[in-house]
Amino acid sequence: MTWLIGALFFWLAAWALNTRLANSRLSTTLAVRTFIPVLFGLTLLVLWEGLVRGLGVSQVILPAPSLIAKTFVGSTDILWVDVVQTVFKGALRGFAIGALAAFAVAILIDRSAFLTRGLLPIGNFVAALPIVGIAPILVNWFGFDWQSKAAVVVVMVFFPILVNTVQGLRETDAMQRDLMRTYAAGYFQTLLKLRLPAAMPFVFNGLKIATTLALIGAIVAEYFGSPTRGMGFRISTGVGSLDIDLVWAEIAVSALVGSAFYGLVALLELRVTFWHPSRRS
Amino acid sequence: MRNAIPVLTVLVVLVGLWWAAVAPMNIRPALDLAERGGAVIVPEGSVQRREVSVWTLMLKNSSHVSAGYDLKRPRLPTPAQVGQEIWKTTGAMVLKGRTWSKRSLIYHSWITLQSTLWGFLLGTSLGILGAVAITYSRVTSMSLMPWAIISQTIPIVALAPMIIVVANQVGVEGRGVPKAIISAYLCYFPVLVSMVKGLNSPKPAELDLLKTYNASGTQSFWKLRLPASLPYFFTSLKVGVAAALVGTIVGELPTGAISGLGARILIGDQFGTPLAIWSALFLAAILAGLLVTFVDTMQRVTLRKMGFRA
Repeated sequence: MTWLIGALFFWLAAWALNTRLANSRLSTTLAVRTFIPVLFGLTLLVLWEGLVRGLGVSQVILPAPSLIAKTFVGSTDILWVDVVQTVFKGALRGFAIGALAAFAVAILIDRSAFLTRGLLPIGNFVAALPIVGIAPILVNWFGFDWQSKAAVVVVMVFFPILVNTVQGLRETDAMQRDLMRTYAAGYFQTLLKLRLPAAMPFVFNGLKIATTLALIGAIVAEYFGSPTRGMGFRISTGVGSLDIDLVWAEIAVSALVGSAFYGLVALLELRVTFWHPSRRS
Repeated sequence: MRNAIPVLTVLVVLVGLWWAAVAPMNIRPALDLAERGGAVIVPEGSVQRREVSVWTLMLKNSSHVSAGYDLKRPRLPTPAQVGQEIWKTTGAMVLKGRTWSKRSLIYHSWITLQSTLWGFLLGTSLGILGAVAITYSRVTSMSLMPWAIISQTIPIVALAPMIIVVANQVGVEGRGVPKAIISAYLCYFPVLVSMVKGLNSPKPAELDLLKTYNASGTQSFWKLRLPASLPYFFTSLKVGVAAALVGTIVGELPTGAISGLGARILIGDQFGTPLAIWSALFLAAILAGLLVTFVDTMQRVTLRKMGFRA
């Protein structure tokens, strides 16, 4: 009972502190803007811990965050092997291949207005489909190791990046292209110096969507067969053998990796599109 | 309509590529089958053939290439085979009066559609509530928004088996609720982001005008902010409904569900019937198309009635 009351009390106190901070004069400083969401996240963890302990929930159903943290620290070697298999071998390679392929196809079809008009609606439609469903087919084609996972990721990230890049390449207006023509710039010069930079905010939008899709694809594909390592493998076998704390540690890893991957792409975007109006304000 | 001819051309080219790819994809199983039937194949034995590329195999055994287009369990089925399988499990079932039989994909689509719609409803409501809270409360905005973004970078599939375990223990029967939770998780985010944008879309001059009318906060919400957000809302609904369907199928895939399109894919994989996988995939695509078209029509009708320029 003390756990329950303590957690509730912590929640109220944190909320009061956050409200005061958000309405104070300091609310625009970076320190406060990072402190508020961090405290909010911490509150959720404390509530979780308090509820699990206070209500006596079995650790097999929902382990407390402290237990998950202990498992996490205790099994870093397993978690690392899984990250290497799923993220570095499957997801990242697939992401790179898929992104490059989408980029190349976008630049190729961009030269033909006919192809662009035909492919854009189809690409938009396919990007909205539950493509993860092809995972079993590709696992059947490419075998159990990382190649099939990378293949699933390639197909999943291809269409969002393609559609966004094609849209981005159409972003320049006639005035800007005319200016390039008065400079006597050829197709490739216009492409490199005007249209590709102008397309970058769109390209990065596609890449950011694709980061999550890449991890989803790599993990789901492992449910359909994998060597005896990998995050998806560990999760599906962990649920079966009731190693729930290990499963949650794996989920924590996937959350960390997912956020880090997204953050990395967002950071790169900041460096590449520093000129964009939305970045300068 | 301007796009109809280019789209059709690209579609025809894609189907053509698919059809052409069937020959190299299926040549090995086709040759194995023919050899077992007594035909002479160069080189002999499927182990020896593994060393040879598919192109050489097709050249040396050109008379058996066509067999790849008529396999029972093809690695890559032809478009016609997939079409026939879809007809057999939908239209033909209806004609026989067995629309709701367990072998009918209409039944499985219905199961998936139900979860999708519940998840869509739940996710959209959460998204709208979150957006209103974020618009009106500074502390919610500052503490919730970063976590909303982080929540989308977490691969939900990792959580899917856990959600089902927890739901089972809490006493929720069946898989409908966990699936709906997963699809709500994927679908709330686009709604939240667009609604925050939409609720803040009225210009300061418009908000000031309402202030000169002595309108209260609730009045300016119902009469200005909410109507102004509708175009944003519908655009996000189209993304959201597609995401909800992805969520449901992801929820069905890794969890040993027995009905639903995702379950058909899973079962097709376990029993080695690729045609079942392919037809379920295409039905999922058709379902996604129908859902997005439906929301699009709703958007047109509503916005026109409200006097927005299309």
